[in-house]
Amino acid sequence: MSNAAERPVNGDAEDDDEDEGGDLEAWERTYAEDRSWEALQEDESGLLRPIDNTAIYHAQYRRRLRNLASKAATARIQKGLIRYLYIVVDLSKAASERDFRPSRMAVIGKQVEAFIREFFDQNPLSHVGLVTIKDGIAHCLTELGGSPESHIKALMGKLECSGDASLQNALELVLGYLNQIPSYGHREVLVLYSALSTCDPGDLMETIQKCKKSKIRCSVIGLAAEMFVCKHLCQETGGTYSVALDESHFKELILEHAPPPPAIAEYATANLIKMGFPQRSAEGSVAICTCHEEAKTGGGYTCPRCKVRVCELPTECRICGLTLISSPHLARSYHHLFPIVMFDEVSPSSQNDPSFSFSNTCFGCQQSLNSQGNKPGLSVICPKCKQQFCLDCDIYIHESLHNCPGCESSRHSKSVTA
Amino acid sequence: MTSAPSKLYADDVSLLVVTLDTNPFFWSTFPFPFADFLSQVLAFLNSILLLGQLNQVIVIATGCNSCGYVFDSTSDKNHGSTTGTMPALYSNLLHNLDQFVARDQQLASPHTPGTVPSSLLSGSLSMALCYIQRAFRSGPMPPQPRILCLQGATDGPEQYVAIMNAIFSAQHSVVPIDSCYIGSNNSAFLQQASYITGGIYYKPPQLDGLYQYLSTVFATDLHSRAFLRLPKSVGVDFRASCFCHKQTIDMGYVCSVCLSIFCEHHDKCSTCGSVFGQAQLDASAADRKRKA
Repeated sequence: MSNAAERPVNGDAEDDDEDEGGDLEAWERTYAEDRSWEALQEDESGLLRPIDNTAIYHAQYRRRLRNLASKAATARIQKGLIRYLYIVVDLSKAASERDFRPSRMAVIGKQVEAFIREFFDQNPLSHVGLVTIKDGIAHCLTELGGSPESHIKALMGKLECSGDASLQNALELVLGYLNQIPSYGHREVLVLYSALSTCDPGDLMETIQKCKKSKIRCSVIGLAAEMFVCKHLCQETGGTYSVALDESHFKELILEHAPPPPAIAEYATANLIKMGFPQRSAEGSVAICTCHEEAKTGGGYTCPRCKVRVCELPTECRICGLTLISSPHLARSYHHLFPIVMFDEVSPSSQNDPSFSFSNTCFGCQQSLNSQGNKPGLSVICPKCKQQFCLDCDIYIHESLHNCPGCESSRHSKSVTA
Repeated sequence: MTSAPSKLYADDVSLLVVTLDTNPFFWSTFPFPFADFLSQVLAFLNSILLLGQLNQVIVIATGCNSCGYVFDSTSDKNHGSTTGTMPALYSNLLHNLDQFVARDQQLASPHTPGTVPSSLLSGSLSMALCYIQRAFRSGPMPPQPRILCLQGATDGPEQYVAIMNAIFSAQHSVVPIDSCYIGSNNSAFLQQASYITGGIYYKPPQLDGLYQYLSTVFATDLHSRAFLRLPKSVGVDFRASCFCHKQTIDMGYVCSVCLSIFCEHHDKCSTCGSVFGQAQLDASAADRKRKA
């Protein structure tokens, strides 16, 4: 009975061998990487405990923070926050290759969707457009716009591939569109290139020079192998070139383009733009909006200059031409401008020093800072307000909150920073 | 079988973090006395704890020079020290609040008379969020957190960036910020906070019935809110405050490099140091043309 049951299983396994070259069942493969026993250790009394990784994680996080801080110190905090980005998606024959699962094209679609959402979260005043290359022709899928949903919808409906790729056609098309944008905007192109060749109608080098002249920052993420012409394009225009190894690496590479890049002074002229911050009117009020020219109930926004009603922000007032935005749009990026200082580490030994008066709870979350056995554990201290924080709060404060609770709750230190 | 009930509980267990405005300059000029306000708030906190055995209440005092935790319903100190006349909840909270106000007064620095200094809302919001993150870390089924701001003093425009940071962080971790604004005008910061995080902003018209407002509007847990007709927003003030004079403005100039807001035209950005070039003239010329 058991033999009969085993035989077909073995047969399957052999089939799998031919297909996958692995000697594991499908269900086994999902656990192959999972070495869960390595995360355990024995304590003094011989009981199994999960390894305490927090200290290691925290050390890694501190290193990352230090890197960021040193970068910020060398470069001024100028960042290109108003970006006009075209994403060029290569949908040539090469995009149907199955070295990425299920295909390069499907992976690109999925990651571009994630990227567009992340991009608008970090760059609320920026615009994105989509261009596809297919059959040697570049086609503008969506024009520059600020709504993530419309781009994602358009891309998902057009995921088919055929023919050759032409880098020149794509760049020429994007050049035409990007030359029209205001001078303070940062022009960028992100090419997701699957092909290993480019079939161009003319001299690609001339187009690269044109891009350089128009101050368009071109970056390429390759999905196959490194190509000289892509590298040349990125070097000339100040972009970055990278080749993805697998899906997770590709995701990492594409998300690197989401935070605003350091501004290059000569690329976009600094400018003061006059903007209005409209108020949102009460829910249930009725007014005629200028964008649809019809009476609408519900919250709309009122232009502060000409008092006209618009439905959505950000937009430009139809009547007086004022750029209308809501202040939260701007405020989302302010933590780039006012980064909080790195907290100093306090080693447990120095806490015995009588010259320091330490409370034994974290100022942020009131958690006890003593580790097991009432010994003082690792903690950090803000150099400005001298408040003590636990490691979890340290990470939360620097990664998400971007406020020091200690400095914020004392008027004295604030007047120093202001 | 053991995991089922805990799951059921965690569904509607609330963690309510209340920030209490104790700004003495505001309360001394306000017609409604602080003692009456506090007694109604205490009754409300008690009713939150009575609504569910597992509900948690944290109170953070928002002073004018400092912020501090004054009450934590989970700490064991609450049960021991009953003075006989008052329940432990009150005596403990009032004791801590007394200490806090005294400490806050010691820290006071001289300010220009006639103006009411703002309360440090950004500090208490940041502390509340840190505490909520700790609750999130506590286990697989954390209680549902929300923040209730009981605010009276006017907004401090110098806290604009910090408050905005706190709001976005709350939005990111799906923590609604409810606000009950006691003062005379609406608070733009709290309106934005509640609008962005999906909380309720309400300004009670009659402070004598404060308890009634608190218990009908703010006592409901997040799950039940979907079934209730709660007060709708009466509009949100999306005005920003400028970086140069810390004034609240509805129209201003924005630096294209760093998006700093200024109320008047400058030649150089004070935040990022970029010099505003020729293009501004072109833009204003185009602006004039359009107007004409």
